[in-house]
Amino acid sequence: MRKYSVFAVAREALRGHKGWGPHWASPEPRQQYDVIIIGGGGHGLGAAYYLAKEHGITNVAVLEKGWIGGGNTGRNTTIIRSNYLYEESMDIYEHSLKLWENLSQDLNYNVMYSPRGVMMLSHNIHDQQSFKRHINANRLYGIDNEWLTPEEAKAYCPPLDISKTARYPINGAALQRRGGTARHDAVAWGYARAASDRGVHIIQNCEVTGIRRDETGRVTGVDTNRGFIGAKKVGISAAGHSSVLMQMADVRVPLQSQPLQALVSEPLKPIFPCVVMSNSVHAYISQSDKGEFVIGAGTDQYNSYSQTGGLQIITHTLDAICELFPMFRRVKMMRQWGGIVDVTQDRSPIQGVTPVPGLYLNAGWGTGGFKATPGSANLFAYLIARGEPHRLAAGLTLERFRTGRLIDEAAAAAVAH
Amino acid sequence: MLLIYCPYCEEERSELEFRNGGDAHIARPTNIAEISDEEFEAYFFLRDNPKGVIYERWRHIHGCGRFFNAARDTVSDRFITTYKAGEPKPDLDVEPKTPETVETYEALEGAAQ
Repeated sequence: MRKYSVFAVAREALRGHKGWGPHWASPEPRQQYDVIIIGGGGHGLGAAYYLAKEHGITNVAVLEKGWIGGGNTGRNTTIIRSNYLYEESMDIYEHSLKLWENLSQDLNYNVMYSPRGVMMLSHNIHDQQSFKRHINANRLYGIDNEWLTPEEAKAYCPPLDISKTARYPINGAALQRRGGTARHDAVAWGYARAASDRGVHIIQNCEVTGIRRDETGRVTGVDTNRGFIGAKKVGISAAGHSSVLMQMADVRVPLQSQPLQALVSEPLKPIFPCVVMSNSVHAYISQSDKGEFVIGAGTDQYNSYSQTGGLQIITHTLDAICELFPMFRRVKMMRQWGGIVDVTQDRSPIQGVTPVPGLYLNAGWGTGGFKATPGSANLFAYLIARGEPHRLAAGLTLERFRTGRLIDEAAAAAVAH
Repeated sequence: MLLIYCPYCEEERSELEFRNGGDAHIARPTNIAEISDEEFEAYFFLRDNPKGVIYERWRHIHGCGRFFNAARDTVSDRFITTYKAGEPKPDLDVEPKTPETVETYEALEGAAQ
């Protein structure tokens, strides 16, 4: 792999940019791999990268039914933060945030991680009490999170309307300064390039249609639209389709697939300095480096694989954004899309072994999987390599729905994930 | 937004009047205090989440207020039928159909290069 640097840019500038070459190889699949990862999003590609880098397992294939990064990795609002309430959540999201901080250097690929601050608006006394509880829990655990008065919030994000007569009055905000955004495509491409460089096979347009097991129940490989591919271990990292794949191995999992929508505006000059989210009125907004406002809406109330979602969901979010930021009322929206998120009942992810030997599951990231990409991938690689979860992911097992040890972020963080 | 036919009001109304109630035809065990953790997990947490026909409950919360059941294709979001609570699961001969109007990213953008 040719290293990307300022010298490479200068050299290519002189050569008319004809020497860059493809980021990753597209080999024909082998008959047999040590590990197959199903799902070529950030989580799956990252897991393959860390398997090769940290565990020395390079005979790995990532199977992607469409193109890499075309699922939820390319369908989210790219918000990164780690200010969750429970220790199990803080462990994994903070692990992830620390990896984000050096990810561009690690991958030699600019993922455009931008720690511009994530500000969560408080609109009433209940929000205030809940956020202060989060702030205290986070600070005791060594994670930055601070309380802002309305005036401090306005100073941090000038477009905000903090007037007393506002439709959604603001009585403060919680700010995580290390939170921010990153470039979604660069995450997928950067991991793909670095994994491919270490010998990982990235196989696109390869849809898994079945999971084969021997007479003892152990996984032996997967059936795909390109034929059977053998593997000693299989990791599922397929977001909204995780439960469909688990059904192929006759395992029912506590996941529900729902459409989650996002939309972007026409590009404007830089005006919005941070990420703002409001749980109570359901709005997420930031401005991309291209100048588009990236806006996140909610999930539909029903299960669906349609990748669309109802218009009333985004209307609801835009109503809230127009009230919070009156100056954006005449901004035109340019694109809207839906991704299928897999939601667990406690709104916390599942990462662990399954009842099928050799089959590992990384799912249930629901509406907040992007921020977890490096951390989840790193710990999923550990799980696949060692066969047991890392300390930081030990609470995220599938068994918690049997033992009752849930990680109840659903109640802790309302809608925002 | 979905249009949903309420079998009690006998009228098709907008989704805004309804609340989804999750999977239909789930029987609460009558001996709930005695069942094992595995059985409780299966009853309480595990769901089919099909890519195809789903049987689900809806409540016409801003209408008649009653629960009813529906069979819907989760790929196209089209309702196959709705029926009153307490009625048996309909025996559908229909295959889960995927009309060409569904905008999956593969259909829209074509295969990756």
